[in-house]
Amino acid sequence: MKNIYLDHASTTPMDKKVAKAMAVCQAKIYGNAGSLHKAGREAKAELIKARKTIAQILSCRIEEIVFTGSGTESDNLAVLGVMRTNKSFGNHIIVSSIEHHAVLFTAESLKKVGFELSILSVNRDGIILIDNLKKTINDKTTLVSIMYANNEIGTIEPIREIAEIIKQIRQDRQNRNIKTPIYFHTDACQAAGFLDLNVQNLGVDLLTINGSKIYGPKGTGVLYIKSGVRIEPIIFGGGQEQGRRSGTENIVGIVGLTEALKIANAKIKTESVRETKLRDYFIKQVLVKIPKVVLNGSQEKRLPNNINISILDIEGEAMLLWLDKYGIYCSTGSACDSQSLEPSHVILALGRPYEFANGALRFTLGRSTTKKDLDYVLKVLPKIASDLRKISPVNVKMG
Amino acid sequence: MKKNIKKSKDVLSYNNNESWVYSDVVKSHFFKPQNLLLKDPKKSEFDAEGQVGSPQCGDVMKIWIKVGPPAGGEKIKKLKWRTFGCASAIASTSMFSVMVTEKGGMKLEDALKVRPQDIMQRLHGLPARKVHCSVLCDKAFRQAVNNYFRNTAQHQRIIVDGAKIIDKNLNITDKDIESAVLDGAKTLLDVQKKLKVGVGDPSAIPEIEQLIKFYNEKYYG
Repeated sequence: MKNIYLDHASTTPMDKKVAKAMAVCQAKIYGNAGSLHKAGREAKAELIKARKTIAQILSCRIEEIVFTGSGTESDNLAVLGVMRTNKSFGNHIIVSSIEHHAVLFTAESLKKVGFELSILSVNRDGIILIDNLKKTINDKTTLVSIMYANNEIGTIEPIREIAEIIKQIRQDRQNRNIKTPIYFHTDACQAAGFLDLNVQNLGVDLLTINGSKIYGPKGTGVLYIKSGVRIEPIIFGGGQEQGRRSGTENIVGIVGLTEALKIANAKIKTESVRETKLRDYFIKQVLVKIPKVVLNGSQEKRLPNNINISILDIEGEAMLLWLDKYGIYCSTGSACDSQSLEPSHVILALGRPYEFANGALRFTLGRSTTKKDLDYVLKVLPKIASDLRKISPVNVKMG
Repeated sequence: MKKNIKKSKDVLSYNNNESWVYSDVVKSHFFKPQNLLLKDPKKSEFDAEGQVGSPQCGDVMKIWIKVGPPAGGEKIKKLKWRTFGCASAIASTSMFSVMVTEKGGMKLEDALKVRPQDIMQRLHGLPARKVHCSVLCDKAFRQAVNNYFRNTAQHQRIIVDGAKIIDKNLNITDKDIESAVLDGAKTLLDVQKKLKVGVGDPSAIPEIEQLIKFYNEKYYG
């Protein structure tokens, strides 16, 4: 039985070219990039090369790139690093209600130690309201963190518009001689490979990328930090990455991440067009083939690879296990499938009731996905849904 | 003795709490559930029914029972069910239905004594955080039995769930603490997180701690 992997938003399989680049690096580079001897200098050369490549892709300066140990770490560094060091100026942070937990829980941890936290609600499509953001910003706001695209429902947020607002606020504060800085961070883990990552175009101050979502190695991440942003480290030690992230540089991982981003960026157009077609085909078909199904998230402002549907009257984990039996791998927003036994905070943030979150399935397409794969899912899923509905005593009203 | 400890540990949590992997018995009951009610029942097919849960919290269970012969030594002749829920909810209800109907049917009084951990034992364990799912099927069964007592005018036999209020301010009972423990709470902090207990009435904390110890020993000891 062929395995059909439709969980690319969780993580991606490694690109063969990436694996090869890493193997080559692994075989030859062993030194510590901080050492003066030849072995160290060779490692350092790789590090510089990687940083240059990433800086080129993001359209920024090399010293604005910080390599970290994951997307989660990058998010933590952005949120904690900015908020802690600017506390004397302002202690207010704004995030959206559908942020990844790497941002949401980090922001909540700040609230516990006396920071002010505002959580912006989203509309039914999962998009933040610009007017709402404007109203929420005050003179103590030092960081706004809104994700580029959501990991569960694929909704794309209006990053350029938000950046424009932040710019206006900054100008206004300058005019009024208010010293509190304001920065805009975006988590671009899911956007990478599909959307423009040029930070000049986007106008962001901090941006997170994760190697494992772009067919690169797990345990690698990048945080872009614009020159002039006041930030302090969250990991202390040898002072690597200009004192912003201590710890011996993971050269092999960094080489892999860089190769992965290079490939992802080269494929942006073709892959986006291809996966969008597949996505739209699947959504259209599944809504026809299975009764009582709703699409979660925006239809238009949506990542090319994201499909998130709620199949009512049945529970996500049960569907997931049946799909797994047929070799189809996906995710669910159901409470039963989470460590906390809480249903997806993202589906609930859309204003949908718990029943919708508990019946939510996420299929995220990738480079290997074909129409044939999706046709197979479209053949299997209606049967699973109808079998599970037969044994369900529930009949939820469509809302 | 040593063997026993190991066995009970396996019942508490399959694969050390860490994994979502279900035992083969759980899987077989999930993929091939026993005693499902597929068609809506005919009028006199069952004596009573009971339902617990809500789709909001992720699990709903409905149980139909046929009891006989009447009065005194009734046995469970037939038990059918439907479930909205995850694999462990489906598998545990399926297992429960087998346990109370096998060998000509369990005596009603004995069936009421089947504990969640008995079902878990037969299932070769469940992940700790999933335990609350299997607790639901015995509750649905109790509802069905009460419904049976009502239908057969045996009102004196109806089981009343006695719950004692521990935290007056938040109206939290010993039953709430029991279900928090079944949900995996091991410490006061865990229970507080789940129920926000003790926040309302700090003087209730010693009694809550005692109850946590009691229920942990009862279910996992």
